[in-house]
Amino acid sequence: MNIPNLSIASLKEKIENFSIKSLLFPLFGILAFVLLWQVGASRVHTSLGEFPGPAVVYEQWGGLVAEHSNERLKEEKFYERQEKRIEARQAKDPSYVGKLRAYTGKPTFFDQIFTSLYTVLAGFGLASLIAIPLGILIGLNSSVYSALNPVIQIFKPVSPLAWLPLVTMVVSASYVSDDPMFSKSFLTSMFTVTLCCMWPTLINTAVGVAAVEKDLLNVSKVLRLGWVTHVMKIVIPSAIPLMFTGLRLSLGIAWMVLIAAEMLAQNPGLGKFVWDEFQNGSSNSLGRIMVAVLMIGFIGFLLDRAMLTVQRFVSWDKTQVLR
Amino acid sequence: MSTTHLDISKVSIEFPTAKGFFKALDGVSLKIEKGEFVSLIGHSGCGKSTVLNIVAGLYDATEGGILLDGKEVKGPGPERAVVFQNHSLLPWLTSYQNVELAVKQVFKKTKSKKEMHDWIMHNLELVHMTHAADKRPDEISGGMKQRVGIARALAMEPSVLLMDEPFGALDALTRAHLQDSLMEIQKDLNNTVIMITHDVDEAVLLSDRIVMMTNGPEATIGEILKVDLDRPRDRLALANDPKYVDYRAQVLTFLYEKQRKVESA
Repeated sequence: MNIPNLSIASLKEKIENFSIKSLLFPLFGILAFVLLWQVGASRVHTSLGEFPGPAVVYEQWGGLVAEHSNERLKEEKFYERQEKRIEARQAKDPSYVGKLRAYTGKPTFFDQIFTSLYTVLAGFGLASLIAIPLGILIGLNSSVYSALNPVIQIFKPVSPLAWLPLVTMVVSASYVSDDPMFSKSFLTSMFTVTLCCMWPTLINTAVGVAAVEKDLLNVSKVLRLGWVTHVMKIVIPSAIPLMFTGLRLSLGIAWMVLIAAEMLAQNPGLGKFVWDEFQNGSSNSLGRIMVAVLMIGFIGFLLDRAMLTVQRFVSWDKTQVLR
Repeated sequence: MSTTHLDISKVSIEFPTAKGFFKALDGVSLKIEKGEFVSLIGHSGCGKSTVLNIVAGLYDATEGGILLDGKEVKGPGPERAVVFQNHSLLPWLTSYQNVELAVKQVFKKTKSKKEMHDWIMHNLELVHMTHAADKRPDEISGGMKQRVGIARALAMEPSVLLMDEPFGALDALTRAHLQDSLMEIQKDLNNTVIMITHDVDEAVLLSDRIVMMTNGPEATIGEILKVDLDRPRDRLALANDPKYVDYRAQVLTFLYEKQRKVESA
């Protein structure tokens, strides 16, 4: 009769251990941080007032949410008025074809988040499309590696801010269209992100491809696998763990680079939001910037988790510790 | 002129090193008949793996060469399938898919999809691994991995099966089990096998001939012992068989008296 009790007790212990490690400790860490923040913030005085503490930031967050819903309401009404006007004119003159004018209100905080998100994903996606195939090629062929290595080593450490003017000029000069599919600011941000974030994926893919176990290469030789089968069945799967290490580093860099690029180039996005608030210099500004800082961090974290989830799904090596 | 099935003819190999060329093998000659089971035994570093790799085509001999059914061997190929010491299964494929990769490569022109499936299952059956067909290598034990490795090699229908210390990484019980399985398969398929081992009992139990190699560098064949024991062989019955004991003693004498390793002495 003791056995079930025992197992329940051990189960309880397990649950307790689990919740302590996975919930209590992180919660403690966050609380300690908020406390330090509160204490520290009240001691820092700027020309725009006290450094925003947790309470102020929370208040500003509420403000930003309200601003967003107001703006949406305005937009809705704007379209409603237009539709009514068109209907009224059509009632008088059935041949009249109305044209809806787009709403041109100021983008809210959440609009900027959305802009940043799809820009970063587009830039990162393009970088991956270039870096993965190129990495595989470099990893397979040591001559190609030797040829490209100096170029990679030179461009890898370049700051996004150095690329930005060049990219801006090239995009303005070469992307000329009366009815552009993408805005120039989007393209500038995207290409800057691509140029800066492709290197970790490229290098890690190359290393992963070059490090295929010798035994597996011998298997491929004994089977006389063709080049395509060899790459698809042996090389790529064995490079996948390192490839993902590279992809996660790249996505992290992409997100950081994008914010910097948006600030400098005044391209729409979270970076512009921060810069605008800084230029605005109202008593709310520091609090709003702090909201943006936390949001940038939180989104960066979510992007990394999303990548991790993809890795878990794609990678064959389930024993690998993923963090 | 009757040609030998596999003719290893005056094979020597030199490896370039920082201190000039290192001659690992010197004039290794061996003729193997169809269906024969030959073991290569010797101390580590004597070049037995090198011989196997040359037959497999993974290394090129500096002098001499290999003739398989009268044709010179160039480069690796599935007709000389290899069972590697560390199973070498692709960790991202299931047992079935690992064998399938080999079967698709060898039989894609001659077998239909259905036939290929049956052939894969047949080979997994031979090594008693059908129950784990859909398991990946990290989900099965070391012995099971080696079984799948053997199934993959057998599925290529090789003229010569090359085994590089196939049971070296396994515990004694699993090893005995797999040796019995191998003898059983060998009885049915009558493959030509070259197996590398450093286990004297394994060599005597499995082989028709044991090739004993001298120590390197410039290693070559020291003695060849013909093992004349009736098949099927039973390890328990053989343990006290005077002939078996004598064969065993001969190999041990060669290894520990005639070719005693100088540095370990």
